[in-house]
Amino acid sequence: MRLLFFYSFRNLLTRRVTTALTASGMALVVFVFAAIIMLAEGLQKTLIETGSYNNIVVLRKSSSTEVQSIIERYQASIIETQPEVALDENGRRVFAKELVVLITLQKKGSSSSANVVIRGIGNASVDMRPQVKLSAGRLPLMGTSEIIVGNSVAKRFKNAGLGDSIFFAMRSWKVVGIFDAGDTGFSSEIWGDANQFMQAFRRNAYSSLIFRAQDDASLQKLQRRIENDPRLTFDAMIEVDYYKKQSEMMAKFLRILGISLTAIFSIGAVIGAMVTMYSAVANRTSEIGTLRALGFGRVNILMAFLLESIILGFLGGCTGLFFASVLQFISVSTTNFQTFSELAFRFRLSPGIILKAMAFALLMGFFCGILPAFRASRMNIVESLREV
Amino acid sequence: MMIKILIRNAFRHKLRSVLTIAGIAIAVLAYGLLHTVIDAWYAGVAASSANRLVTRNSISLVFRLPLSYREKIRSADGVKIVSYGNWFGGYYKDEKDFFANFAVEPVSYLKLYPEYKISENETTSFLKNRKGCLVGKKLADRFGWAVGDSITLVGTIYPGKWEFVLSAVYEGKHKNVDETMFFFHWDYFNETMKKVRPFSADNVGFYIIGIDRPENAAGIAEAIDAMFKNSLAETLTETEKAFQLGFVAMSEAILKAVQLVSFVIIVIILIVVANTMVMSVRERTAEYAIFKTIGFSGGYIATLIIGESMMITLIGGILGISATYPAAIAFSNAVGTYFPVFNITGKTIFMDAVVIIIVGLSAGILPAWRAMSVRISEGLRKIG
Repeated sequence: MRLLFFYSFRNLLTRRVTTALTASGMALVVFVFAAIIMLAEGLQKTLIETGSYNNIVVLRKSSSTEVQSIIERYQASIIETQPEVALDENGRRVFAKELVVLITLQKKGSSSSANVVIRGIGNASVDMRPQVKLSAGRLPLMGTSEIIVGNSVAKRFKNAGLGDSIFFAMRSWKVVGIFDAGDTGFSSEIWGDANQFMQAFRRNAYSSLIFRAQDDASLQKLQRRIENDPRLTFDAMIEVDYYKKQSEMMAKFLRILGISLTAIFSIGAVIGAMVTMYSAVANRTSEIGTLRALGFGRVNILMAFLLESIILGFLGGCTGLFFASVLQFISVSTTNFQTFSELAFRFRLSPGIILKAMAFALLMGFFCGILPAFRASRMNIVESLREV
Repeated sequence: MMIKILIRNAFRHKLRSVLTIAGIAIAVLAYGLLHTVIDAWYAGVAASSANRLVTRNSISLVFRLPLSYREKIRSADGVKIVSYGNWFGGYYKDEKDFFANFAVEPVSYLKLYPEYKISENETTSFLKNRKGCLVGKKLADRFGWAVGDSITLVGTIYPGKWEFVLSAVYEGKHKNVDETMFFFHWDYFNETMKKVRPFSADNVGFYIIGIDRPENAAGIAEAIDAMFKNSLAETLTETEKAFQLGFVAMSEAILKAVQLVSFVIIVIILIVVANTMVMSVRERTAEYAIFKTIGFSGGYIATLIIGESMMITLIGGILGISATYPAAIAFSNAVGTYFPVFNITGKTIFMDAVVIIIVGLSAGILPAWRAMSVRISEGLRKIG
């Protein structure tokens, strides 16, 4: 077995150009495969990490995003006084009435613009999101035209740096802080006092209510009570589930695109590698005859050629994954059509993706080698020895 | 004579040539499909008319404009006709069955969009019935709707179950028209809003404006925006094309990725063909040396090699292009929800041809150069 391995390996080494060309074809396929899955993974992770398992979101029934939802002030007060809302150490409710709208902002360094989420927050909003950390400046004072912006917004949009002023809704809003929410959707948002935004946007209703749940059973109890209350046509859900739903459409689109692309690509790459393997077999006819004459069995020959093509696949997989892993440092921003707002996220490489991509590469190697290897193993000893 | 040699040479290794051709065909197919995907992204832009402007709230699309702006806009110089509507955002049965649905003022809207082909009977029955709706042919086919059916949409922005009667089906007069849209009477929408949410009644999501001459578009847009400067709802007016381009720009990152991937495909084809040619030429080194001994020039040999690589890529390319058409139909059936307009354009086929020729030439160059520069004595010595 060891001998066979070295035989295969040496063979690849002697035909360097062809080996490199074939392996790089496979590497490209693995790269594209990994890249698109990483993109979908990054999008989903970003949105899931945005939510927290302890928080419950209340939205108007049948609205799938916060932007579509409308909650009147009196309805918000009813929810606020429910027993499921947890209290903090000072006995205050961990509860926030939030307003979410979209505004169009100009991007830096280009004339294009994008929709950005503006979130009107309450006092408890920041405490309920432990991911959100202030990286510069301070929190906005309630009752003033002060805002804080997520780091992706500060990086990508005009006039969104610390100390700058952004003009929207007929008012100038001062950026007093920049927050870092890691790889979550909040990094692509702008936050300020909800009541100020309601006045400015002339929208006398909230979008969503967020609170920390008392315990695990809170959600079911609350859902039942909302169901029975004719004043409330609301849906309550765990924050994580809410954000998970928002990524479904885009992630599905990316996965369909990725899988159909790589399916087509891999056929191309397998064919390319098959050409190489067939010619490897044809060139070595007399060698195969010699090996057989020396006493190596048909299975050994089959294994040797199969091994050679699987090594090719492995080389391609490693190279492809290496380049794909570099992508992790790139951040992408695109509009999530489900929420209609801009979202920044990264390519994410997870062990699952590495495993999948590698399995895919080895499988390609196997498929391109199996037919040529069969041909090699079925050769007649005498005839193949006669070949020059 | 030359062609005969080319064909004979190309098919000396039948299996290898067939495999290479299949590889090229698949890659050309993928390239063509991706190009069509990119075209589909721009379909809205391609379908827009230079005679139409779109006015919306300058804060963003989620904010609305008062209905009273209609008369003011109509008074601007160069404005011929004004229509208006709202993005409704409803879904049929399942939230995942997405399609575009709008409440529009029907009389002026149909005048602004002459590219919708509707029979006269259906037009009158749509205009007469306040609960009537107008549906694109592809959408009607997708859900199996026929004229006269009653349809219920569930509103996401405007809650509740909304009942409609399908009174007309439109087809596009040219291929770029999106046939998956759903229109209904703005009055029906507004009357319902007055009942359930009076404060948001009499508000319009967007105005569509027909102008007399496209050259005046910029001036008219500026004049309209100036009218509402410093009001509670400032406007942003742009040509329909710019408006649609705004949507394309939103998904720029994905679009760039698709473009990048289509270049990767070209590289993959190049690798496959180049690999085949390198192998063929290496095997035939002795032959080429004999050619040279007899007196054929290096240029002749290079033509033979490049011609062979062109031959292989051309056959593969033609197969790939002809497979693109059925594949595009299958693809658009699978993801029709994302791409309402999915047509292969002449430009795509042209790009396919350019790629094929470039790949065929460049894959042959390196082996041809090698065969030309090899010394006769060395070449003759080479076996296998």
